[in-house]
Amino acid sequence: MDTALLIEKSILVILLFLVSLGAAAYMTYFERKLAAWIQDRVGPDRAGPFGILQPIADGVKMFLKEDFIPAKADKWLFIIGPGIAMFTALITSAVIPWGPKLHLFGRDIVLQVADINIGILYVFGVISIGVYGIMIGGWASNNKYSLYGAIRASSQMISYELAMGVSAITIVLLSGSLSLNAIVEGQSAVWNIVYQPVAFLIFFICALAELNRAPFDLPECESELVGGYHTEYSSMKLGLYLFAEYTSMFVSSAIMAILFFGGYNFPGMSHFSGNTLAILGIAAFATKIFIFIFVIMWIRWTIPRFRFDQLMHLGWKSLLPLSLINLLVTGLVIAYKNGWF
Amino acid sequence: MSLQIISIILGSLTLAAALMVVLSKHPVRSVIYLVVTFFLITSMYIMMNAQFLAVVNMIVYAGAIMVLFLFVLMLLNLNKEMEPVTAKGSQLAAFIAGGSLFLVLITALKDTLILGQSYRENHSQIGLVKELGNLLFSKYIVAFELTSILFIAAMVGAILLAKRENQIIE
Repeated sequence: MDTALLIEKSILVILLFLVSLGAAAYMTYFERKLAAWIQDRVGPDRAGPFGILQPIADGVKMFLKEDFIPAKADKWLFIIGPGIAMFTALITSAVIPWGPKLHLFGRDIVLQVADINIGILYVFGVISIGVYGIMIGGWASNNKYSLYGAIRASSQMISYELAMGVSAITIVLLSGSLSLNAIVEGQSAVWNIVYQPVAFLIFFICALAELNRAPFDLPECESELVGGYHTEYSSMKLGLYLFAEYTSMFVSSAIMAILFFGGYNFPGMSHFSGNTLAILGIAAFATKIFIFIFVIMWIRWTIPRFRFDQLMHLGWKSLLPLSLINLLVTGLVIAYKNGWF
Repeated sequence: MSLQIISIILGSLTLAAALMVVLSKHPVRSVIYLVVTFFLITSMYIMMNAQFLAVVNMIVYAGAIMVLFLFVLMLLNLNKEMEPVTAKGSQLAAFIAGGSLFLVLITALKDTLILGQSYRENHSQIGLVKELGNLLFSKYIVAFELTSILFIAAMVGAILLAKRENQIIE
């Protein structure tokens, strides 16, 4: 194996790890500031100028808290639960193309850890195992509220995965590839959102449900379940659960930007080339991710929580049939364009 | 050579995880070991350059079916005291049935390649999604469509079984 390639990929992996964690940390700050702004408050402003050091203070607080394991808990599973949650949140970023090629030290550096030709399936694979962190943690706590949270989380995530997958298939049909890189490159002229607004809407709603974000945050519904699946967790184990949620928010915003909003493509791309293009591409991608994160937070502080039966009705009786019809129409249009009729 | 070492490590891990499914006392832990086994099998598919099969195995088995298993087991909340005692006769029957299946598998697999040898010839593109799709939708189209009809029938059957009788009449 090429040693330089190995070093290059290792640096990229470490960088991605740090960026995901840093982004997640500052998203907590951003969310609190945004909530304060929406509710006409000041928000965190004690740690550093404008409270900018608040995430660090929170992190230190998390580490210094007592790490408690309930007596009747399944100790081993109780410990690995948050680990699985964080693991699945982090590994999705391996297949995301972060920008056009970068030229450094006489080498073409591809800003993607692994360009596998089934990238989008990999993402769905990781999403489908993401529920284990919550289920195992909730069950191992040996607490009825935790168990309720875990059960809600798993049924919700299984239900919304279907509509999400079907709406992503329309994108695969459009671009003719399962590789995320090919999907992004196929959108250099027109973004997929123009052709697939319905699929985007379904995908976005399902992404909110998969992330357990409001209005779908029933697994941690504090008014009914104390704290949901992480009721018994404390210290950095709780921190990992909360952190994993923000990391997945970051990653799924990136996935939505790739599938529907052209990834690192931006208008007027053809006027640039080389490293300028790469840096502008990364900036465009980051901006899109930021906008998605903002919208997700905005929704949390605007829309009240669903009831559980409403959630199931929305998933199975509205979103899934709608996404199937959308898939059928897309298929028919593509077949017509290829001269099948 | 290194491929062979990796395959031996993966193989023994898979066997260990599969054994733990049977040996572990707690049903939830058994299911979790089964998930680990599926992951290790996924990694073996990747070693054989069958990326599509690997990811589908991860999504369908580890992601969907095992989540349902875990879901049901968590709801049942099996305790040792509540565990039904199996009769000695059926235990013996299970032992004989399982043993004969094991024998059949051993005889079926005794002529296969020794561990690790097949990985050297993994440069074929057959496991990649494009080739697989072309094959499925041309050569094996009849079998593929028949399988999907079978799935639909199973789904309809499951829904009918889950519905209560008066709901059907209505």
